Amino acid sequence: MNPLCLVLHRWGRVGDLHAMDIVVCVKQIPDPADPGELDSETNTLKRDMKLIMDESDSYGVEMALQLRDAAGEGEVTLVSMAPHEEVNGLRSALAMGADKAILVSDEALAGTDALGTARVLAAAIGRTQADLILAATESSDGYTGTVPEQVAELLGLPSVTFAKEIQADGGEVLVKRQTEAGYDEVRCPLPAVVSVTAGVVEPRYPSFKGIMAAKSKPMDQVGIADLDVSLEQVGWAGGGQEITDVSPAPEREAGEIITDEGDAHERIIALLEELRIV
Amino acid sequence: MGTIWVYAEASGGQVASISLELLTRARELADTVEAVVGGEGEPVAAELGAHGATTVHATGDLGDGLTGPAVASAIAAAIEGGAAPDAVLFGTTYDGRDVAGRLSVKLGVPVITNIVELDQADGSLVGTEPVFGGTVNVSTRFSGSGVGLFLVRPKSFAAEESGGGPAAVSALPVPDLGATGAARVVDRFAEESTGPKLDEAGVVVSGGRGLGEAEKYSMIEDLAKLLGGAAGASRAIVDAGWVPYSHQVGQTGKVVKPDVYVACGISGATQHMVGMKGSKNIIAINKDAEAPIFGIADLGVVGDVHKVIPKLIEALQARG
Repeated sequence: MNPLCLVLHRWGRVGDLHAMDIVVCVKQIPDPADPGELDSETNTLKRDMKLIMDESDSYGVEMALQLRDAAGEGEVTLVSMAPHEEVNGLRSALAMGADKAILVSDEALAGTDALGTARVLAAAIGRTQADLILAATESSDGYTGTVPEQVAELLGLPSVTFAKEIQADGGEVLVKRQTEAGYDEVRCPLPAVVSVTAGVVEPRYPSFKGIMAAKSKPMDQVGIADLDVSLEQVGWAGGGQEITDVSPAPEREAGEIITDEGDAHERIIALLEELRIV
Repeated sequence: MGTIWVYAEASGGQVASISLELLTRARELADTVEAVVGGEGEPVAAELGAHGATTVHATGDLGDGLTGPAVASAIAAAIEGGAAPDAVLFGTTYDGRDVAGRLSVKLGVPVITNIVELDQADGSLVGTEPVFGGTVNVSTRFSGSGVGLFLVRPKSFAAEESGGGPAAVSALPVPDLGATGAARVVDRFAEESTGPKLDEAGVVVSGGRGLGEAEKYSMIEDLAKLLGGAAGASRAIVDAGWVPYSHQVGQTGKVVKPDVYVACGISGATQHMVGMKGSKNIIAINKDAEAPIFGIADLGVVGDVHKVIPKLIEALQARG
């Protein structure tokens, strides 16, 4: 065996020195502070305003950067889907330190549901050589919470959802998965899909240097025709579900508002007595 | 409607309340209600039967494998083998979402998510989902062919017994999972908790950013204990690392519907309100008179939580 092979062979066994190529699914959404409205014709969210990166995705981006940096080698690729060519949110994640982005943008994608979204993301991820695919547990606008598992199933990969901690360990990840009772420690071989909760890591703020660098990072824009996804599986027609009614929810009335003059606790206790709590 | 399957979750031989809620609603909508369990069927057959399931399709012990791919594959194989439920209902839980997501791909049908109401119209199921922080309700009908999949939020229905006898246990074999089944649970940790569970407590006292610092959360726990309730938290202080995620109330946390909800130093982000606006009575303490939480509070106190709560605790302790 020549000496170089020996070195490579030995390095390959040292867990932390594996190169780590990571895909992070990123959704660009309307600013939650100004969530907009439903389109009265299609009964879906209007998304014609400027979109930003879903804050829930910043945890996956940060986790990916930390795992890449711990590995010492590898790339973080963002994968996103949007009906028009929005890149604002992706630039934010590139500014944090991601290496490049793939944006699937096509008018035919308007109205695509969670399963269709997963099909598109999975097809785009299939163009990469990812060891690990990270996603948030759910988006902050649609919050269906099914896309990570659907992507994993479409790619034929194992998955661990609701991660509150991830460690890379050679060709595996060790994940603390949130459960009803506490958490499970799960060992999962790569490649795999992991969905992360808020709090898995503290996302960094982009530096000025990062923001400037993001402008020249690769942004691969592809259409539906470039992917192995049928047009029948996306857009309005692909859903297999039909909105039958949209109506305002019954509003809760505001009750009594008092200003504390040092005795507000007495009023609270009086109410608790009335309700037979105390 | 003919047959509805309910994915039932259990731990330590006790069926989760969400699963009993789903069985209760399912038997109002379908002629036949059957349960699917990722684990042994015998220990839960009586409780599932008492809530309306005539049969429990059980995979048997899943060992150290994860529930999602195993149960999804088992259900898909059963359907391929001739089982024909009109719909499968899941709770919006960690495992419920895993199973529903995987099954959706296997069957090529969508999952209708975040459902709080479930009705029947023209022979198909219609789920209603609150959007925009619960201000608008959107109803969605499964219009495809095959099996309708619905993910239902906890506490959407009240669980009631039907008086039925134990469900018959039927084997639900798990096919070879290949790579999708490669993840292994190597250890399980239960977080210590005292007092009632957050989503089952009659009283919930929650703290938010207005507490100012992590150490002040102990006031919330003290007050919750004095009222025989559970301590909750806004997403802001969970994200800040002050309290564990298991305390989070809101869209991305637990949905609670206690008799009394006390919001302390919580402004009332939409995210949070979705998780607690179903409470019977809401008391809010916040120093900002403009805080949105006051818009849904039965009693709103404009004041400093650091002054009001200690006095409240003292007064309750004095009563003994």
